[in-house]
Amino acid sequence: MARIDLQNLGHSYTPNPRSDTDYALKPMTHVWEQGGAYALLGPSGCGKTTLLNIISGLLTPSEGRVLFDGKDVTALPTEARNIAQVFQFPVVYDTMTVYENLAFPLRNRGLRGPAVDARVREIAELLDLTPDLKRRGRGLTADAKQKISLGRGLVRPDVAAILFDEPLTVIDPHLKWELRSKLKALHRALDLTMIYVTHDQTEALTFADKVVVMHDGRVVQIGRPDELFAKPAHVFVGHFIGSPGMNVLPAEVAGRAAKIGGHVIPLGRAYPPLNGGEKIEVGVRPEFATLAPAGTGVPVRVTRIDDLGRVRIAKVELSGLPMAATVPENLSVTGDEASLTFDPSMIHVYANGSLVEGEAA
Amino acid sequence: MDKPINQGAWLLVLPVLLIVAFSAIVPLMTVVNYSVQDTFGNNQFFWNGIGWYQELLDPTSDLGGRFFDALWRNLLFSFLILAIEVPLGIAVALSMPRDGWRVAATLVVLALPLLIPWNVVGTIWQIFAREDIGLLGWVVNRLGIPYNYTADPLSAWVTIVTMDVWHWTSLVALLCYAGLRSIPDAFYQAARIDGASQWAIFRNIQLPKMHRVLLIAVLLRFMDSFMIYTEPFVVTGGGPGNSTTFVSIDLVKLALGQFDLGKAAALSIVYNLIILAVCWVFYTVMTRMDAQRN
Repeated sequence: MARIDLQNLGHSYTPNPRSDTDYALKPMTHVWEQGGAYALLGPSGCGKTTLLNIISGLLTPSEGRVLFDGKDVTALPTEARNIAQVFQFPVVYDTMTVYENLAFPLRNRGLRGPAVDARVREIAELLDLTPDLKRRGRGLTADAKQKISLGRGLVRPDVAAILFDEPLTVIDPHLKWELRSKLKALHRALDLTMIYVTHDQTEALTFADKVVVMHDGRVVQIGRPDELFAKPAHVFVGHFIGSPGMNVLPAEVAGRAAKIGGHVIPLGRAYPPLNGGEKIEVGVRPEFATLAPAGTGVPVRVTRIDDLGRVRIAKVELSGLPMAATVPENLSVTGDEASLTFDPSMIHVYANGSLVEGEAA
Repeated sequence: MDKPINQGAWLLVLPVLLIVAFSAIVPLMTVVNYSVQDTFGNNQFFWNGIGWYQELLDPTSDLGGRFFDALWRNLLFSFLILAIEVPLGIAVALSMPRDGWRVAATLVVLALPLLIPWNVVGTIWQIFAREDIGLLGWVVNRLGIPYNYTADPLSAWVTIVTMDVWHWTSLVALLCYAGLRSIPDAFYQAARIDGASQWAIFRNIQLPKMHRVLLIAVLLRFMDSFMIYTEPFVVTGGGPGNSTTFVSIDLVKLALGQFDLGKAAALSIVYNLIILAVCWVFYTVMTRMDAQRN
């Protein structure tokens, strides 16, 4: 059981990092609370795995400290930290049975006899592996193998946190749901800290209480799934979460209005004049931009309508700027002339990519 | 669904059959022909039936005694070099670097002995091990250890075994290295997280992954050492006495030295059958093991 503190933690694979771009992981401070279910979300190469490997001790950070319950473990090797990690590709010791696989971490730590047996059977029961205990690792399905990898982490009674590095990549889609629910159930049952790395937003949003979004070696937002959706702290989060992602349009913002391509759109909050040489953009999710008959809002040209089954998304151009908008169920669009109506409280303003907090009215 | 059977397909196999016939079967049959006859020169041949075979397989006869002595020497030699080269090759593969420029450097160094013609290997060691002018032989003698491969059978065996280890351990090492390289990093990381010792990693991750290539390495090294001719012939010529006369060396003595074509042909056939039998055993064991795994 542990709370994990990262203090000014940064990592660079080059020996003397000078500029920001030399860092695979830019210096950051963050706390992982005991018992939390976190998802580390970001595209490939954003530093997620680097961060994970630093926490598990497979990698020593080039700067900063890692604390487990206040104790500095930065220099401790993996085997001396009470941490478990599940990898993208299931690791199963082929020549051992499932039972021996599960007992392996305990036996390596000098445990013997009935204590090992009881613990192995308990974990096997938890993971529905009991019928397979006598089978060899070879020839099991990918999801069973991944369960064994997970089991080897869980079997250690002292384990403080389990780290998952895209654990469902090689699992069949219909089993992904099953395994993910299993993880959630385990999380509730065992009160373990879990950190789950993925580039799949559905996985992240369904698994985690808190999602940590990373971009280019930097944490750009930490929040509950609904916060990430409603109020992205960075245009990247807006793009990355939601399908399709947030519309981001260059604009001029002053007071309670934004001017986009010559059209003035009212905003839900008031902003000071923003013109300090920064790139000013407004972001609005397609869910909060609704298509309406021509003449009832901001005029747009409809280029295409995609029927996603649950909802229809229109690709439109607002003064030549492409964006996506929701098509209401009862609206039938004829021709390419239409207009857009916005939910003012859901329009956000970004300066150089970062959210600008407006003053509520 | 019934597949139509087209007997015309046999025609397509014909070229291969012809090539195999002329490259293998016909020459082999001439050897079989010699093995059942006796000759006294002048191209006169007399039917001898299975006489040479009976003599060859009878350890009490002159020919049989020679053959079995050489065969045991061969088996002892194969056993010795396998017992040394396999563990040593594994050890070398395990200590090889996993990435960086050193990989290329190590591979080149390891490949060097494999690229030297066998005759040259023999010559190198023949000179290297000489007690008068050879660096190795001279130093060993200077250290007070009596060593002379032309006079002492033990010295001769040590020289030949060492030479083979020097020449062929690289092959085992390279094969094992290929097996090791196929292990994803995640296995090593997981093993660290599981707290596995070096021995446990070797036993449970590395050895199972090397298992297949190791079998191939053992097969190759066994066959090669069982058929060894060139290097010992160059270094010791089968001596001192007959102490390093292996089956192949004996065969040449018999066929080209004494010109006993019938005896030599019978020996060739038996030698060939032994090698085929060993190959078959290996092949069966390997396929059985594969079948068991899946």
